[in-house]
Amino acid sequence: MVVLNVLVLVCLLYVVFLFAVAFGADRAARRGRGKWLRSPYVYTLSLSIYCTAWTFYGAVGFAARSGLEYVTIYLGPTLVMIGWWWTLRKMVRVGRSQRITSIADLISSRYGKSNLLAVFVTILAVIGATPYIALQLQSVTLSFAAFSETEQAGAALPDMQSTALWVAMGLALFTILFGTRNLDANERHHGVVMAIAVEAVVKLCALLAVGIFVVWGVAGGVTETLARIDASEIARFEVPGSRWIGLTMLSAAAFLCLPRMFQVMVVENEDEDHLRTAAWAFPTYLMLMSLFVVPIAAVGLDMMPPGANPDLFVLTLPLMEGRDGLAILSFLGGFSSATSMVIVAAIALSTMVSNHMVMPIWLHFTGGSAMISGDVRHVALLARRLSIAGVVFLGYLYFRLTGGGAALAAIGLISFAGVAQFLPALMGGLFWRGATRTGALAGLGVGFVLWQYCLFLPSFGPSMIMPQTVLDHGLFGLSWLRPRALFGAQDMDPLVHAILWSMLLNTGAFILGSLLSFPKPIERLQGAQFVNVFEHSSTTGGWSGGMAQSEDLLIMSQRILGATEAQALFAEAARRQGLAGYLPEPSPDFLQELERELSGSVGAATAHAMISQIVGGAAVSVEDLMAVADETAQIMEYSSQLEAKSQELARTARQLRQVNEKLTQISVQKDGFLSQISHELRTPMTSIRAFSEILRDTSDLTSQEQSKYSSIIHDEAVRLTRLLDDLLDLSVLENGQVVLNTQTGLLSDLLDRAERVAGGQVGAFRVERDRATEAIKLTTDLDRLGQVFINLIANARKYCDGDPPVLSIRTHEADGTLVIDFTDNGSGIPSEKQAVIFEKFSRIGETKAGGAGLGLAICREIMTRLGGSVSYLPGQKGAAFRVSLPLSGRMAAQ
Amino acid sequence: MSRERGPVFLARRTYRRRRLADAARLLPIIGTVLICIPLLWQGEGASGATRTTTAMFYIFGLWVVLAVIAGIISRRLRATESQLVPPRRTEG
Repeated sequence: MVVLNVLVLVCLLYVVFLFAVAFGADRAARRGRGKWLRSPYVYTLSLSIYCTAWTFYGAVGFAARSGLEYVTIYLGPTLVMIGWWWTLRKMVRVGRSQRITSIADLISSRYGKSNLLAVFVTILAVIGATPYIALQLQSVTLSFAAFSETEQAGAALPDMQSTALWVAMGLALFTILFGTRNLDANERHHGVVMAIAVEAVVKLCALLAVGIFVVWGVAGGVTETLARIDASEIARFEVPGSRWIGLTMLSAAAFLCLPRMFQVMVVENEDEDHLRTAAWAFPTYLMLMSLFVVPIAAVGLDMMPPGANPDLFVLTLPLMEGRDGLAILSFLGGFSSATSMVIVAAIALSTMVSNHMVMPIWLHFTGGSAMISGDVRHVALLARRLSIAGVVFLGYLYFRLTGGGAALAAIGLISFAGVAQFLPALMGGLFWRGATRTGALAGLGVGFVLWQYCLFLPSFGPSMIMPQTVLDHGLFGLSWLRPRALFGAQDMDPLVHAILWSMLLNTGAFILGSLLSFPKPIERLQGAQFVNVFEHSSTTGGWSGGMAQSEDLLIMSQRILGATEAQALFAEAARRQGLAGYLPEPSPDFLQELERELSGSVGAATAHAMISQIVGGAAVSVEDLMAVADETAQIMEYSSQLEAKSQELARTARQLRQVNEKLTQISVQKDGFLSQISHELRTPMTSIRAFSEILRDTSDLTSQEQSKYSSIIHDEAVRLTRLLDDLLDLSVLENGQVVLNTQTGLLSDLLDRAERVAGGQVGAFRVERDRATEAIKLTTDLDRLGQVFINLIANARKYCDGDPPVLSIRTHEADGTLVIDFTDNGSGIPSEKQAVIFEKFSRIGETKAGGAGLGLAICREIMTRLGGSVSYLPGQKGAAFRVSLPLSGRMAAQ
Repeated sequence: MSRERGPVFLARRTYRRRRLADAARLLPIIGTVLICIPLLWQGEGASGATRTTTAMFYIFGLWVVLAVIAGIISRRLRATESQLVPPRRTEG
């Protein structure tokens, strides 16, 4: 038989072991070594604080009393977890971006950082958690008692009450030592989380071990176990639909709203990505925890004497079979479940109490200013420690008042129904922009009152707090106000009845209150931040600083964050602003960052209040700001419009710059053109004038001389006319006024004519052609195209210095484009000139035939008009020009 | 309230990922419906009431299936996420 002292020793050793784990994890995290601490599996295991002693002991009791109904408590969280994409993802994102410290902080933050709301949620959470903590005390006490019953010789347990007191004190001490070592609640408690993960493994192993022992050790196999279930009182599946659905929904709601779940799920979350693993791993964990519950219950009902407490089957079955080792493992599992729940719940609740109740009151009484002497950190830590003790003590008180007699599951469900009242405000806050503080207060108020009236107060037992007459005949004797049959809803299950009315009226009041009230600007801003957290994760909020004194802020921050941390924060901010030293400009950005940092330690509402005391009147200026800008959404829209506008402006500016460049170029070109043309006109004019003067003034000219001079005048006049014709032609082409005269003809004919007009193959000059490829029908302005060919052939004739000069004309088609290459065997055009030969008046050197330099410019204009192009083809033996023309007959715009 | 409008046509991967997110949203709803199925078995009168063991097999089987599907969906959402979510400004 197990001696009770051994049990106590085992407990103490186990606690020491947990301390070692926590200590090691904290140290590893501080040294930055603990990568495994941030594993998604540790996160998943830490979520298992959902499975408390209620699960460990109570689920079997629940199953022994009502069959399979107990699974609803684990199906609800399973649904929430596999639906993480809906809610958990958003909650975690909001929690991280707003540095949320607790569920009260989340709700208060969402509804305009309202401290009233935070206080309300805190009170509700503390009252809601009280039965739950009592449940843990009761289960540990009961398990001690179970061991002492089997103990034959003396040393019996003193009595239940004092055991519970000892357990409560031990748990409180444990939690204080564990949970309040650092102040910033947003700084993760690596040690605590690791210890919880270890405890999660212990309780799962313990329950599985007992289950395997019962199925294969006691019942003798799966088939036998199933037979026993079929033969037991719980053989038939008789769950009322209302309870089945109601409890599933309730447990889902509680999973989201329980302060301790919020703590591990959101506050202690390292990485949003962990949710993906938890999405399947946590349902699996829950499934394994529930797997052996019915077999244990059925076998227990079969084997244990009637009247044995089914809540303790997990423990008493191994004890009865004489498996002391297994019994101790089972006891440790239950102990783990209870301690981990109490630790996290107490941490979560104490954070809420100290941030939302103690700190504001303390700030108020110390002169209503943050500019007080002393270390706020010290006060905050003390407040937290006292709150932990207080919360655990309340649990003990509940345990004493209810006498510790109720079934574990019943107590747990009361607690669930209490915290589920947060759900409308929480979900409304996350998904509905229109939810307001008034609505949240109204909903929570109505839900809280109904929960108290219908479930919590009656749970103390008749005539304990609520007189029996009220239970039987309703408040003030009004029968429709009976706590178990509100509004005449008779014969309903009391729990389902309470959930139905409280949630219904809570949601109704929340929606109605939100619809009828008008939110303050900061509420609307926060609302936008929460609801659209995935669109803009940054925050908000706007301190219009300037009035704040950086030094005052530093003094205040040092008290809350600690001197070194605060100085580091300020110095870093100053460095970012480009300032030396420790005092940054109190810019809105910096104030916001500071508020966020402070809220990690004292909660959003308090941090907001503290900064607004120093910054002074900033709250008003936030409202002014918002009144002007109305809503973030509008601001966003406006800014995106601005962005579009500025892009458009940039585009226009770019276009303008281009046009301007072109204009400048054209102006330069025009100047060059004018000087060129005057030069070109001047040269023939000069000789015409000179020779005509000779003819006029010289009387004794021979007729030979006369005819020579007049023919020079004639030639020069012809040249002048040609120049003017070309200029006219070019200007017509350039202005796009040319009228194209579309005809159809053969390319070979066109080339023949061009060759003929350009002077034919006189002298040594030869033209090589491949007539076979030239049989192509063209539909274009043949005269203009011919003009281009003439020009190119004439150029070759004039400039080709090959010996003998040969021009080869090659034609081919590529991609629906006709390509004609004119290549001669001369020395070609030097590469630096190639770029300018198509410009007006560009001539390559002073060669034997002095053209005006307009030919190629005209060619280019013509080809552009015809929809094709003419370009210099570098890399051939001599000068080569390529004329390309689309064959489709399509022409450029006329 | 102006909602951010996404592009009309999506790349194939983005499209797949959105449908995957749809599946992730749908899973708890389907789960809820399936969990309520055993309630339908009760109405067959006292003699033919369902045995607890039958319901147990159904519920635990369903549980495993839901966990496996959730695992598959969340694993694939992880693999494709980097392409969809634009880099966001973090705190500061």
